[in-house]
Amino acid sequence: MTDNNTQSEHKDHILPVKMYLTVGAVLFFLTIVTVAVSRFDFGQFNLIIAMIIAIIKASIVGLFFMHLLWDRRFYMSAMLMSMLFLGVFIIITMSDTMRRGDIYEEVRHPIVREAAIYKNIDKSENDSHSGDNHDEAKKDDDEDQHAPTH
Amino acid sequence: MSDSSTHPSYLHHHYGDVDQQREAAKLGMWIFLVTEVLFFGGLFCVYAIYRSWHPEMFINAHHALDWRMGGINTLVLIASSVTMAMAIRSFQVDKPKQGIGMMWATVLLACTFMVIKYFEYSHKFHVGQLPGKFYTYTGIEGTNPHIFFSIYFAMTGLHGIHVLIGIGVILWLMTKARKGSYHSGYYTPIEVTGLYWHLVDLIWIFLFPLFYLIG
Repeated sequence: MTDNNTQSEHKDHILPVKMYLTVGAVLFFLTIVTVAVSRFDFGQFNLIIAMIIAIIKASIVGLFFMHLLWDRRFYMSAMLMSMLFLGVFIIITMSDTMRRGDIYEEVRHPIVREAAIYKNIDKSENDSHSGDNHDEAKKDDDEDQHAPTH
Repeated sequence: MSDSSTHPSYLHHHYGDVDQQREAAKLGMWIFLVTEVLFFGGLFCVYAIYRSWHPEMFINAHHALDWRMGGINTLVLIASSVTMAMAIRSFQVDKPKQGIGMMWATVLLACTFMVIKYFEYSHKFHVGQLPGKFYTYTGIEGTNPHIFFSIYFAMTGLHGIHVLIGIGVILWLMTKARKGSYHSGYYTPIEVTGLYWHLVDLIWIFLFPLFYLIG
């Protein structure tokens, strides 16, 4: 970070042509590996294996082609931060979407109405039609849960 | 490389020196790439949610995609990343002609990618494997197969737009490079375009297994 003379000397990472070609060959090879691996069935690990290979490939692209290996660490931390927050985004969203059934489960098995106050509430619900509508709404919710069509 | 006493034409007056200008440009590009990750991230999140809701349908629907075409496109994009990185290197070592050649190769490979994508898309248009209400295909079992194609077209389409933008930017830089604007002292526009191009490649590296190689 000297501010006098030959200013960009320390940042001109002129890499040999051979390195670019080698990195390209490795990425070609990993592409073939990911296709070959997908021919076999590892059950639940299929997705994990494919993602591990993709992350390795992405890291190679980032470290060598995007020069993260030699460049300011700030760029790498910015990139990793974006990945981290993407992970937070997906995990928190999916912790909702994957667990909506749990909430519907509560609806299906409501609180056991043993307390004295519920006796009066049930009476008033039976008097009006609102109670029936409520049940239908619950039923619709259950169907949505099994076949989301959004 | 000119020393700090001269004021090269490519140095904008609001920067102290060439280095500061370059670092500012790269910082800006990296911030943009972070927004791009989060931009595509929303779609990756959509993918994750719907795949978790319709796991069998995703596996059935992915057979409609040709993994050979996707695989060739992956190799084409990786090759274009290599040529783009080589283009930057050529300008670093003051070989602008070689650099322009490498940029040509990058553009040609990117066009190859788009042509293969065109064949894939036109086939899907033909058989009605289209997003949402336009989906008319009947050969895929499972719940809501149109959702798979909605996500497929949204993600690969957005990625394709990025490839087209990349082609445009590289062509524009080539016209400037032909006038001798870029050399070992100043090649920042090509360098930051390279960063963008590599990110486009990086996103495809994830799209390829997620759409074409679901097991």
